[in-house]
Amino acid sequence: MNWFKYAAPSSFYFLAGKMIPIFAVLAAVSFAVGLYVGFFVAPTDHQQGEAYRIIFIHVPAAWLSMFLYLIMAFWAGIGWAFNTRLSSMMATAIAPTGAMFTFLALWSGALWGKPMWGAWWVWDARLTSELILLFLYIGFMSLQAAIDDPRRADKAGALLALVGAINVPIIYFSVKWWNTLHQGASVSLTKAPAMAATMLNGMLIMSLACWMYAIAVILMRVRAIILERERHTAWVGEIKK
Amino acid sequence: MLNWVIQRDLMLAMRRRSDVLTTLFFFVIVVSLFPLAVGPELNMLRQMAPGVVWVAALLASMLSLGRLFASDYQDGTLEQMLLTPYSLSLTVLAKALAHWLVSGLPLVLIAPLLGLQYDMSAEALGVLVVSLLLGTPVLSLVGAIGAALTLGLRGGGVLISLLVLPLYIPVLIFGAGAVEASAAGLGAAAHLSLLGACLLASLALAPWAAAAALRISME
Repeated sequence: MNWFKYAAPSSFYFLAGKMIPIFAVLAAVSFAVGLYVGFFVAPTDHQQGEAYRIIFIHVPAAWLSMFLYLIMAFWAGIGWAFNTRLSSMMATAIAPTGAMFTFLALWSGALWGKPMWGAWWVWDARLTSELILLFLYIGFMSLQAAIDDPRRADKAGALLALVGAINVPIIYFSVKWWNTLHQGASVSLTKAPAMAATMLNGMLIMSLACWMYAIAVILMRVRAIILERERHTAWVGEIKK
Repeated sequence: MLNWVIQRDLMLAMRRRSDVLTTLFFFVIVVSLFPLAVGPELNMLRQMAPGVVWVAALLASMLSLGRLFASDYQDGTLEQMLLTPYSLSLTVLAKALAHWLVSGLPLVLIAPLLGLQYDMSAEALGVLVVSLLLGTPVLSLVGAIGAALTLGLRGGGVLISLLVLPLYIPVLIFGAGAVEASAAGLGAAAHLSLLGACLLASLALAPWAAAAALRISME
């Protein structure tokens, strides 16, 4: 089987159409299982009470926000280096979902922080770098939105995403050192409490659910982008009939 | 080639001194606004000074980034520079250095005066100047990437701040951190070394990335 066949937007469009229901169903099932485990099976934490249960969305969202940025930079880079249109479209499609998960991680973190630390926001290294990650996503999306020519938008976005990817570790460590200089640790986020196995399982199932959701949504968005960019081609004309 | 571009850009800047002075006065005004906003207690101001000066330097350097390529782009000079047999990265490096000489170096020179307004000690002032001297070239170099990417776009001025400011964060942290660390008796050497590392890394990589960005924007 020749996999490169699906590098063409016209054939990937149909492949994605077949894959979306699979990932959507997987997402729905794993969300249902994950939420059931999270709400009913996992025990109440003896320190944090019931409020800790937000971990089941907070941690998967934070993981995905970081992974999706790397995947976005990867596809953008591939699209720039090999001039494959689909890769660039993929990067464009990933950005909004990545930004959404970053926002979700920040938001759920704030909701979790208020009952635990008594503050919606602390200038902890992880929170700050997650916020900066959100800025990087927004920069990527607004740069692409400002450029009318899609090919230039793809390449400019790729360069920015790669520069950002190089900067992410630098930013993370600078923020970490900044943090240790400024404030004595009021709350230690770094030492993870020993976690009950059911909690960990619930979290892993929820991460799986978030992955499946992200893939389904990204495929839907990439289909829309393919249609928009290829609207002058014959095969799109065929579909429209 | 390097010298020629630097000389040319400096001469152009000298013919239009008001542009240079605008950036400088912007820096001075922003730094002077903070005491008016937060109150005149010297103890607090002394603590805030490095952060305020550094944030103002970031904003001032960013404001002048728009001019880095824009006028050359409009009159077609940039296109000719792309066509010359010389390396585009080298041209970009020269333009970034000229930008720093015009809009970064004046900030470094005036910073001690502004530091005095905040009652900083002589030692802290020295560290501030060294940190700015190491850090502001990084702002010009990294900013060149943003300037090249947003060349000729709608709302380029606002867009460039979205792109570039997150990338400036490490410089801000190490720069302001150096002054604070020396005030806290920890010694500024670690922060200044990191700032130097940022400078070397951006000297090596930023001109290359900005040249690639220029090629994307000009094709």
